[in-house]
Amino acid sequence: MTAPLDVEPSALSADPDAVTNAESSKAVEGRSLKQIAWMRLKRDKVALGGAVVIVLLILIAVFAPLIVKALGHPPNDFHEDLLDPTLLTPKHKYGGINGSYLLGVEPVNGRDIFSRIVYGARISLLTAFLATVLSVTIGTVLGITAGFFGGWVDGLISRTMDILLAFPLLVFAISIGTVIQTANGAVLGLSGTSLSVATLIFIIGFFNWPYIGRIVRGQTLSLREKEFVDAARSLGASNGHIIFKQLLPNLAAPVLVYSTLIIPSNILFEAALSFLGVGVRRPTPSWGSMLSDAVATYSIDPIFMIVPGVALLITVMAFNLLGDGLRDALDPRAGR
Amino acid sequence: MGRFVIRRLLGVVVLMFIVSAATFAVFFLGPKFVGADVARNFCGRVCNEQSLVEVKAKLGLDKPIYDQYGAYVKGIFVGRTFGSGETARDCPVPCLGYSFKTDLPVWNQMTDRLPVTFSLAIGAGLIWLVSGVAVGILSALRRGTLFDRAAMSVALAGVSLPVYFTGLVALSVFSYKFKWFVNVHYSGFTDNPAEWAKNLVLPWICLAFLYAATYARLTRANMLETMGEDYIRTARAKGLPEKVVIRKHGFRAALTPIVTIFGLDLGGLLGGAILTESVFGFPGVGKLAVDAIGQQDLPVILGVTLFAGFFIVMANLIVDVLYAYVDPRVRYS
Repeated sequence: MTAPLDVEPSALSADPDAVTNAESSKAVEGRSLKQIAWMRLKRDKVALGGAVVIVLLILIAVFAPLIVKALGHPPNDFHEDLLDPTLLTPKHKYGGINGSYLLGVEPVNGRDIFSRIVYGARISLLTAFLATVLSVTIGTVLGITAGFFGGWVDGLISRTMDILLAFPLLVFAISIGTVIQTANGAVLGLSGTSLSVATLIFIIGFFNWPYIGRIVRGQTLSLREKEFVDAARSLGASNGHIIFKQLLPNLAAPVLVYSTLIIPSNILFEAALSFLGVGVRRPTPSWGSMLSDAVATYSIDPIFMIVPGVALLITVMAFNLLGDGLRDALDPRAGR
Repeated sequence: MGRFVIRRLLGVVVLMFIVSAATFAVFFLGPKFVGADVARNFCGRVCNEQSLVEVKAKLGLDKPIYDQYGAYVKGIFVGRTFGSGETARDCPVPCLGYSFKTDLPVWNQMTDRLPVTFSLAIGAGLIWLVSGVAVGILSALRRGTLFDRAAMSVALAGVSLPVYFTGLVALSVFSYKFKWFVNVHYSGFTDNPAEWAKNLVLPWICLAFLYAATYARLTRANMLETMGEDYIRTARAKGLPEKVVIRKHGFRAALTPIVTIFGLDLGGLLGGAILTESVFGFPGVGKLAVDAIGQQDLPVILGVTLFAGFFIVMANLIVDVLYAYVDPRVRYS
């Protein structure tokens, strides 16, 4: 497939002087791969929609305290007066949604769902981003090392990846989470919420690197044999130069696409662990633990179940849409 | 072929060894690392130094870690005896120890619950394979039509919907609102197959939805790629009817990678449909693990982790062998 070119409307209208005015015309200019990809992405309205949602979510997470101050109530304040004293579910219709409680109140203790969703976005995005950074870093470094040096280094790294891929990830993650929860006091200077979040980031990030490692290794293997690497080598370039200046820029595209696509699965993974009670420690709000709280009351108060679920759905879908769009933009042959 | 299988089997043994050692380390070294004592959880309300020592001896936690691991591995292959004298009891092969909480053999607890997980995995697997592949192929053949767009939008939503959300929504709509499936619970296949299937419909669909969406997207992409190959053009040029081209040339090539992934997913699922089982409250292997986590019942969690790892590794092996059978290039690499 050839790259679609953005042709300015003015360039289409015939201008007999265009050739003579060559010095002022910019029509004949090579486009870098980056520019072409950006052009394609700009035209992909669905992917852009995903990107806009992601930016909004990041803003919400960053400015959570301000947003909650303006529109909600502190996330850990109880409002039992809004609950039915016998059923402990919201007194008012639709889960207690009104002008003051935008998404209603929790059953049992009446905390403001809106505030908890806003603060939950922080945990969700923070864990998913940092876990992704961790796995992308390990995966890229080890993937390049394996692909570039080959031999026993490649053998060792590849076998390690095989072993990690065969690990029953969810069960194992639950086990580590359980052990960490038994911690008395601080571990490595962390405790409480920060300890549970750090554990989550470590578990998710560490077990996911082989996926990206395999892709990077494969790409490195084929890039290593390309002419431009031979050319660099014949000019006397060191291994360091070849890896950082020749290979890494060519790996940026697949790494970027893959990172965008593992963020949503990391978000779901964090939510799953919190749902099972081994993720973020209460009372810190997390969408997964809100869903797990909702299990007890969803048959009488469905709003409390729907709100965190929809928040998850929107977030994960936005990342998937952007990831698909990026893949199509950077590699038009894939996917379509 | 024989040598290939043997080589892979050796790999499986090494892999299981590493998985078990890592899990063991997490459980028996992890608590030390975070400054907790496993034995204290099982020492009762009034816990003094002496009873703590007794509990440790009873659970075998007083021995060095490599002794404990050695005894554990030995138990799996030749069985072991717990305690000594009057209170000694044999744990037959394959011995995964006794639950810290209920004192029941871990192996029996898991095999009792296996039918539940098995029922869940098989039904859901069939549904997602058939529906995912069918939708994917139709979408690829009718690329760009309304059907394709609609199906792919649903699939995109599907990969973004976790089972612990769809499960709750399905229950509140179909069980509480419309009362089509009242009181969803697991009932044995041998007791009443109709009841068994009726109770499993919602869990099957919820679990299958996520995978079906992934498979539909994957099948569509594979099918589009295959239908663009030169040999498809050749087949058409030979004058073969379009149906034969699609079925014999396109479909077959596009399906091979899907079957590989299906084997792996099913293997992973058998190790514990943890989330589905806890949402629907089905007493499967996954639920066993979740309950054990709540009680910090380490032998049970360890057993389930190993069990899950075993299924993943075996699924890998079967898929690899099948692949080598189909594609001779794999055998000699």
